[in-house]
Formats: sequence, C-alpha cells, structure tokens
Amino acid sequence: MSQIVHFTVNGREAEIIARPELSLLDVLRDQLGLTGTKCGCNHGDCGSCTVILDGRAVKSCLVMSPSLEGKRVVTVEGLARNGVLHPLQKAFIEYGAPQCGYCTPGMLMAAAAFLLHNGAPTKEEVIDALSGNLCRCGGYEKYSEAVLAAARGDFGPIPKGSELNV
Amino acid sequence: MFKNVGKPIPKYDAMGIVTGSLKYAGDYAMPGMLTAKVLRSPYHRARILSINTAEAEALPGVEAVLTARDIAHNTFGFVPDNQVLADGLIHYKGQSVAAVAAVDKPTALLALSKIKVEYEELPYVYDPREALKEGAPQVWGEAGLNHWLFNGKTATREIRKGDVEKGFAEADVIVEGEYMTPNQEHAFIEPSATLAWMDEAGRLVIRGKTQGLFFTQNDLANVFQLPLSRLKFVGGTIGGGFGGMNSVSTDHIAGLLCLKTGKPVRFQFTREEEMACSTTRSPWIFRFKDGVKKDGTITARQIEVIHDGGGFTELGLYAVEKNANFIAGALKVEHVSVTSRLVYTNKAPGGSMRGFGVNVGQFADQLQLDKDAAAIGMDPVELRIRNAFREGDANHVGNPLVAVSAIETLQGVSEMAGKTLPPELAQMKSK
Repeated sequence: MSQIVHFTVNGREAEIIARPELSLLDVLRDQLGLTGTKCGCNHGDCGSCTVILDGRAVKSCLVMSPSLEGKRVVTVEGLARNGVLHPLQKAFIEYGAPQCGYCTPGMLMAAAAFLLHNGAPTKEEVIDALSGNLCRCGGYEKYSEAVLAAARGDFGPIPKGSELNV
Repeated sequence: MFKNVGKPIPKYDAMGIVTGSLKYAGDYAMPGMLTAKVLRSPYHRARILSINTAEAEALPGVEAVLTARDIAHNTFGFVPDNQVLADGLIHYKGQSVAAVAAVDKPTALLALSKIKVEYEELPYVYDPREALKEGAPQVWGEAGLNHWLFNGKTATREIRKGDVEKGFAEADVIVEGEYMTPNQEHAFIEPSATLAWMDEAGRLVIRGKTQGLFFTQNDLANVFQLPLSRLKFVGGTIGGGFGGMNSVSTDHIAGLLCLKTGKPVRFQFTREEEMACSTTRSPWIFRFKDGVKKDGTITARQIEVIHDGGGFTELGLYAVEKNANFIAGALKVEHVSVTSRLVYTNKAPGGSMRGFGVNVGQFADQLQLDKDAAAIGMDPVELRIRNAFREGDANHVGNPLVAVSAIETLQGVSEMAGKTLPPELAQMKSK
C-alpha cells in the first residue's frame, strides 16, 4: 500500500513514496539520499537516527512514513546555514567530542532540538537531553561539555527555530 | 619548541562527521545494486541434512542464492577454519547457512523464507568445562577435538619456570582463587556493512569497515580465489570497531554474491545479527594457586586457564598465546606454571576486543593478589611493590624487560588515591 506524501526536509519540499513498512529513516536515506542520518539499531534504542520533527527530537526509525504529510523535518544536513556551521557543530569539533562519529548526527540533532526549548541549561539537563543517544566510543562527557559551551554562546548565537527551518 | 605537541588540532574528519557528509560503508549505494540477506541456523548444534534453494532461486527479483557447496574456498579467519556458509555441521546458533542477493530487501527476505533446510537437531555444549568432559557434544563432530591442538599435538599451552611444588613448600600460606569473565559484545553503533562491485578494470572492489584492511584483503583473496591484483579493498571510515572489525562479518558474502551476479551487492547486518552472530570478547576461566610467604614474597604461581573460544578458532588462539605470556603478572616469581586451553563450544566465535587476552588476565591476577595480601595481612599495594618486576628482570618466558616502571606506577596510583606509603616503599625504584 504505497502513497505519495509531501513534507519539508531542511526547508525544501519533498515528495516521497510512503509505505507502512518504511520509516522516516528509510525515506531519508534511501529515497532522499540524506545518509547523514544513521541507522544503528532500527529499534529506537540507540538514537543515531535522531532528527527534528515539528520542533522536537524524534528517532526517525520509529516514525512511519505515511504519517509525514505536511510535517517539517530537519536533519544533520540542515544544521549548517550558507556554509556556516551551527554553534553545536563548532563546539563538537573544538571539544573533540566525536570519535568514530557514527552517533554524532543523532547527538547533534538531539542537542539542537533541546537548545530550541532551553536556552540556559544546566549540565544535568544536557545529560538528560542526550540520554537517548548511545556513544560506544565513550564521548559522553565531551559531548555534554560541548553542548553546554554552545548553550553559553561560546561559539556564537544559537539559531532560532525559524532559522533552522524547524 | 614543538609544532604540534601540546596544541589541540581538529580531528581530520571532524568537518565531515558534524555535517553528516562523511560516508560510512553502509551509506554508499550504486545503480542496480542488489541487497544481500543471510539465512541463519536456528539451532546451536545440528546436522544439515539437505538444502533446497530451487523455490528461492525461481522467485522474480532473486539474482543469486549461495550455499556452502557453491563456494570453492569456504573457509576464512585468522586461523582459517571459520566457514563462510555452514558446511554440514552447525557450530552455533545464528551461523550463516545460505545467502541471497535480490533486487530489494523485501524480495531478499521473501527468498530466505523459500529456502528449505532440513536439520537434524543435536545436543549442544555451552560451558567449556562441560565441553572438555568425556561424552560431551563434539563441536567439530569428531571426538577429542573440543579443544585446540597446540603444535598439532597437545591440548595445552604450557609455560614452566622453576618448580612450583618446591615454591609451594617454601610458602607460609597457599592461596587459591577462581575467576571468570563473561562474553562481551563490541556493540559498535554502526552495524557491519559492505558494498561490493566489479570495477571498470574487472577487479572486485570491497568497500567495508574492516579494521585490518590488508589482513582482510589477504584472508578473503582465498575465499574469492582471486589474485591480490584483482581484489581491491576500500575502507578506513569505521563507525566503531573496538577489535570486532578484525573479524569478517559481511565482506566475504557480499563479494561472493557480487562475483556470482556481476552486479553491485550491499550486505548490512541488522542489529540483531550484530548481537547474535558476530564475534565477541569470549569468556575465560582462571584458576590460581599462589604460594605466599608472610614477608610478602610470592614463591610460586600455578595458573590454569580455559578460554571459551566459541564455535570456531577465529582469534581465540592468538588470545590464548598472548594471555599465557601475561597471566602470571608483572611480578618476580621464581616458580611459575601456566597451563592454558582453547576450548570450543556451540557459541559465536571469539574475536579480538580491546586488549583481549590481556586485560581479562589482569582482572584475575589483580583479584588474586588482593586475596594473597589479605591472607598474610599485608597492605595490597605493599605486596605488589615488594614483588614488582624491576629493570633488567626477565619476564616469565625469559624475555629481558627494559623501561620497567611497575613500582613508580604503583607509587603514582597510591598518590592519586590519597594513600600515603611508608618511606621504605615510597623511595623504592625500578632501576
């Protein structure tokens, strides 16, 4: 049972073939060629497929494609604007947070969604916001320190939701 | 003074990582690419009586079905006894039995359901101690082969120094201990993935996530029956390996299906396959018997090691050899006896993982030293410092040691832990 569904990805209109067995993750990677969003478990456990859906961080492997009509999705490919990195991206590089890097897109999107709703987080709040994202290299401390630094404004102002096409 | 030392530099691939533009093996796709899937054994141990692939092969969209009999050179691995596809006897649950390449994932999965395998389910063995007993299920199907044969002859790897019985006689107390470590899955976040294709020069290209590019290339040249000039490996971007990607998970099957069809083939593990069928850090059992004098001198160490290597040798032999050299510890002990076995059980084979063979031994060794110290009422750090190797000492297999810093390390650790050592110990030096 296929149907055509329209939604927005990183500010652009997308037309995709939706089927009940295809997730948003499948659609992003296989139909739209956006492979920055990673598949680690396909069960909603690891967080590496995290994207922003209508302003909230979601595990894209758990979002069924037929439900996407009219939604707004932001992926890791949409974080930098006009070639300028998002402060979180700068902070991740500066803090040496990514190691193998496979969990990083998910970490970035979880953190970016979090900062849209909390401009001045405590470390505990940051840790809580990243708690759905597994990093097997063990980069949790650097990831949370980097998010805190970005939230402080160390890497420039945090873009508003509208600037990120959220 | 230095150009780079002491200065932070950005990770060379950090820009690609944070923008999502860095591609991992499973991110690559090609026009006309086929999807590979593997049928796995539902039994821990079983005999394959027959495999019928006719119905799967006739399914529209199925381009190739492979079983062991289609593969000219079906073995691979560090010790090349692992099987690409199961040949007769199942060694562990989840072992690959048949492989399919089809136009898409649903067709490949449907094809798996059409392959008819007739099994004779057999009793299996999980505990390596049980596997060594007479009458235990035989993992390789032949009696007396539930363990590796060192030099093709003996069941044990033995290290002997001095005479432990003499050492035990000199001791004031005998301290015994048994320590076990479990399986550990690497659980890298990127599941194993391979894209295989034939390039314009007629070479088979494998884009995978191996940690040992040249080792895997050499290993699989046999499986593919190709000279190295016709086999190209591309890799280096790995979403976590931790040793697990020293073992082949998807490269061999993707390559064989590509050779059979002439089309690009992508084979990716699901998380379930990664957890159930890939190599692990395999379990160990250590039995220590130490002779200790009241002054802290360790007079003898007798250690028995059992490594549960799972269903195939893979890197288990390497682990046992390495462990045997390290297990007696960074300690001066005059009488040492180490007896190690590599045992097969009906579990996924043991691979490499972060210090494999060594850190498990250190875990046991260090617990045993605490037990030794408690037995004579001595501070555990003092016991370690008094027995520590010093510069120029020979290790337990006779190699002279240089740049030894065991005492300094113990002093440093004590300081970090806020522990004040008595002056005699605080002033000791390795040189």
